[in-house]
Amino acid sequence: MGNTVKIKGTRDGLLISMGGGDLGLMLAELRAQLSRSPAFFQGAKVALAVGSRPMTTLELQQVHDVLGEQGIAIWAVVSQSAVTRGAARELGLASASPPEESRSDLEAGQEPAVIVRRTLRSGQAVRYPGHIVVSGDVNPGAEIIAGGDVIVWGKLRGTVHAGAMGDDSAVVCALQLQPMQLRIGGHIARSPEGNKGKQGVRPEMARVQGEEIVAELWEP
Amino acid sequence: MPGKVITITSGKGGVGKTTVTANLGMALAQRGQRVAVVDSDIGLRNLDVVMGLENRIVYDLVDVVEGVCRLRQALIRDRRVNELYLLPAAQTRDKTAVSPSDMVQVCEQLRREFDYALIDSPAGIEQGFQNAIAGADQVIIVTTPEVSAVRDADRIIGLIEAREKGPGSLIINRLKPEMVKRGDMLSTDDVVEILAIELLGIIPEDEAIVISTNRGTPIVLDGRGPSALALDNIARRLMGEDIPVYRPAREDGFFSRLARLVRGND
Repeated sequence: MGNTVKIKGTRDGLLISMGGGDLGLMLAELRAQLSRSPAFFQGAKVALAVGSRPMTTLELQQVHDVLGEQGIAIWAVVSQSAVTRGAARELGLASASPPEESRSDLEAGQEPAVIVRRTLRSGQAVRYPGHIVVSGDVNPGAEIIAGGDVIVWGKLRGTVHAGAMGDDSAVVCALQLQPMQLRIGGHIARSPEGNKGKQGVRPEMARVQGEEIVAELWEP
Repeated sequence: MPGKVITITSGKGGVGKTTVTANLGMALAQRGQRVAVVDSDIGLRNLDVVMGLENRIVYDLVDVVEGVCRLRQALIRDRRVNELYLLPAAQTRDKTAVSPSDMVQVCEQLRREFDYALIDSPAGIEQGFQNAIAGADQVIIVTTPEVSAVRDADRIIGLIEAREKGPGSLIINRLKPEMVKRGDMLSTDDVVEILAIELLGIIPEDEAIVISTNRGTPIVLDGRGPSALALDNIARRLMGEDIPVYRPAREDGFFSRLARLVRGND
């Protein structure tokens, strides 16, 4: 089945990108992809990119409805077609032309991992369909949601969800693994009580073993 | 030379923004600067009370924004100190009465008239906060050494950095060195380690502050006491003086050192 519906992570949130071809087939593919990983999109800011396809308000509304079935609301539509942008505005959505093909955005959907080179503060979230590497801390109140692994070269004290698209084999590694809440695939865990002290904190890796999440020494 | 607009914010309510704004403003004025303190907490104004100027309010920030009066008419001169003025908020309106671009314009005017304009921000991250930082050249974040206050401060710093008003500098308020030494309160290092911004100053817990805010006489007027000294030092640092910040540390008592030795990880 053609992979004409792609989900990418960008600086401004998630981007669902639809190619050309029959709209009905496109919507079916979209529905299938979304139902495979519903949790990943919870609360995400999602934009829709339709390339140069001209779309009417009715057609855009159909896409909107399919997304709505999974509780996803789009906030913007990106397209080279002025017709589509007009239709988006009529539906009360933001509209934009695609930016100059910047290398980073183009590659974003194809790169297996994204590197975040700063500390994430409370209230900030990074969401990416592949792996996420953070060079910095993840403060309490910050969130990392990755389709793949999560590696934090720093202190992980926020909330993390690896394998968020249904992959139990994902891992979470950190120099200091002290998350508020840790999820891998469909499993959830929190730091053991009484682990607030700073003594003896070593790099650890968390992974699913059987039905539980276990943390062991990480020797990168 | 144009003045500096400094917004004092926190995220969490009740950590001391208004007290800091009033005292810092007064301390700067006492040191010869021309200062305006501005209350941007529309609907829940407090700066006028803490300054003891509430019964002299005729016009307020909303009147200025709506063109009902000129800025000069709304500014209240504090007679106790040279060159200190208050621009009060409105009490009978709410945050929707002012927009960020209104604030940018008011700050432009303030910059022309004053060496320092200190904007007292409301708590929260919504419109009141957005208004307060809109015209700022620099931001001071006030926190207490408590987990929830630090969590909110971290959020605020993230928002400020995202608006390119960062990174901001930090004041830790209401620190109790005895509690820190016992390990019952977050230390300065604990707080700075999470927030990771420049430390502008530490103000110790001081009963005299509660009395002063109720009376409407900012504590730096009196000038004595540890918190007055700390606030004055912060004013001097803002003016460019290099005064080291005294950081009370978790003290290692004999028994805790012994305990660590026994556990084998010293």
